[in-house]
Amino acid sequence: MNISYESQLREPLVNGTKDYHQVTEDICKHIEAKPGKLWYVGFFSAVVLLLIGVVSVSMEVIYGVGQWNLNKTVGWGWDITNFVWWVGIGHAGTLISAILLLFRQGWRTGVNRAAEAMTIFAVMCAGQFPIWHMGRVWMAFFVMPYPNTRGSLWPNFNSPLLWDVFAISTYFTVSLLFWYAGLIPDFGTVRDRAKTKLRKLFYGIAAFGWTGSTKHWQRHEALSLVLAGLATPLVLSVHTIVSFDFATSVIPGWHTTIFPPYFVAGAVFSGFAMVQTLMIVLRKVYNLEEYITMGHIEAMNKVIVLTGSIVGCAYLTELFTAWYGQNKYEGYTFWYSRANLFSPYGWSYWGMMTCNVLSPQVFWFRKLRRSLFVTLLISVVVNTGMWFERFVIIVTSLYRDYLPSSWTTYYSPSIFEIGFYAGTFGLSFTCFFLFSRYFPVIAIAEVKHILKISGKNYKEKVEDIEAEPIEKFAHEYAHKKTA
Amino acid sequence: MAKRTFVVGCFDDEEILFLAIKKVRSAGYKIHDVYTPFAVHGLDKALGLRETRLHTAGFIYGITGTATALAFISWIFTSDWPLNIGGKPHFALPAWIPIIFEITVLFAAVGMVLTFCYLCQLAPFLKKHHFHSRATDDLFVMVIECIAKTKISELKNFMGNTGAIQIDVQHAETKWWLGTYSKEQQLVDETEVLLSEE
Repeated sequence: MNISYESQLREPLVNGTKDYHQVTEDICKHIEAKPGKLWYVGFFSAVVLLLIGVVSVSMEVIYGVGQWNLNKTVGWGWDITNFVWWVGIGHAGTLISAILLLFRQGWRTGVNRAAEAMTIFAVMCAGQFPIWHMGRVWMAFFVMPYPNTRGSLWPNFNSPLLWDVFAISTYFTVSLLFWYAGLIPDFGTVRDRAKTKLRKLFYGIAAFGWTGSTKHWQRHEALSLVLAGLATPLVLSVHTIVSFDFATSVIPGWHTTIFPPYFVAGAVFSGFAMVQTLMIVLRKVYNLEEYITMGHIEAMNKVIVLTGSIVGCAYLTELFTAWYGQNKYEGYTFWYSRANLFSPYGWSYWGMMTCNVLSPQVFWFRKLRRSLFVTLLISVVVNTGMWFERFVIIVTSLYRDYLPSSWTTYYSPSIFEIGFYAGTFGLSFTCFFLFSRYFPVIAIAEVKHILKISGKNYKEKVEDIEAEPIEKFAHEYAHKKTA
Repeated sequence: MAKRTFVVGCFDDEEILFLAIKKVRSAGYKIHDVYTPFAVHGLDKALGLRETRLHTAGFIYGITGTATALAFISWIFTSDWPLNIGGKPHFALPAWIPIIFEITVLFAAVGMVLTFCYLCQLAPFLKKHHFHSRATDDLFVMVIECIAKTKISELKNFMGNTGAIQIDVQHAETKWWLGTYSKEQQLVDETEVLLSEE
């Protein structure tokens, strides 16, 4: 018996009686079978949403940013709210695959593939908002530093908005590479099982000629580890830099040093909530309950209650500092524009507080952490709350300017802003439906890697060893060593 | 680029595979490669492969990124187009750290992935000989190269004794060629063509 086994006290990561072939079967069967009616309904609904987005954006491009209800003081409205919201959601995938890889958390293997896919689609959605907000979108390439006939006139490298361009595009590229590098061996598996000509062609191209050679696996492991090491500070830097968009300004409510850690915690919080929403649906539809177990759901709920509490702590710190700092403008923003329920936008602040700080506290109870219904409900509530948070930060700081003459401008979105937001849901869901149809939604090779350590039927084999008194076991093992 | 002869043994348990590798290596046979469905830890050491130096490459790419970003931005802001931003210094290093960091990560990640693909010869449309289609599913496939003095039947028996569940002999090309998996395309074997013409 191999000495390196995992105790039965730890919950198995793969339930049911599995061997390597069964793992391949369970994960590949969904992309080999014809999709059900539900998939078509979901996919076409997503495409319709996407088309609504295309129409909304087209109106904005043709007639200008005036199609949105932005006004003299609220220059950033729904678009930047949605941008930050999507970027935040896009943090969970890389956090799961990178940080949990470095921390050697075995449970990441069940969820990392789908979470990373979700990340990439979320970042794609996020990128739409600043780009179309430019208005004259055909000049979007001006943000790139390249020798040009305008000087050369370079972008301002001291500006947080340019840092954002670099951060988001690097994050997207690195996430995509990390995701695809992990997909290559699994595409190899799907290719070698493919029956039809078209599948052999498609997965043959996608697998890059992967054979599973030992040397290749050795390099693959090294690559994954270093990419995880690079992606870890990257994922923290991205939302830090997004928070700099606000924190380096002199607007009351934005000009705070607490923003970077507070934004990163919020991003992880909302990202995990989105992963929960998708995973609960995915495991049900694809019968993957044995791979995405209650243990996985519970582990993510623990992260949600932790990061939710960090965010709550940050909210209270901000309120305290606004009072303690005795700055008139700061105090007005925090204690009137936000915390006063009867101020014009008070509803959004208290919506945020309820959804983000109070609701995740239910996860202190094991029974609720392990309830699918509660998890699904809270995950949606949390993401609603995180949307409120970005709306609160942006709009409540802007709508009452220093000049009382601009106080009456109450900002609410136009139909095109709402359509644009709906369109990004369409974009990410369209991509996710295609992903779940054609890509292995669970990392097959990684699950096989942990199968004999954390699989239920393998753990049962060590039952009698664990029942042995430790002295006897140690004695025997010591003798085996010397023998 | 000639075809070579291999004895291919399939194992269904990695613990048996490790013992088999020991036996095969001590018997003096040359293991061409072992194909596994997932990364089996310790297999590279058991085969006597040296540690990969991909990390070092990644570090060099990262440093290149740092240097490129720092040099580029400082050239732009101090010499090519110095902007007066409230009288602050042109060489504003703290404000450049975010971009320098991002470029470092970008260079390291992109460089490493490209190097990985180059070293492993992975690219779209590349085709390689697969010794067993279940090597990406549930079998651990040990491939032993036959040289002139190898007695194939002896080797097959030996493999059987080490615990291989399936053994066969294959003449295969070890390099890649362009093709897709939709047809049974094979690389034209130049030496074989010449021999048949004679």
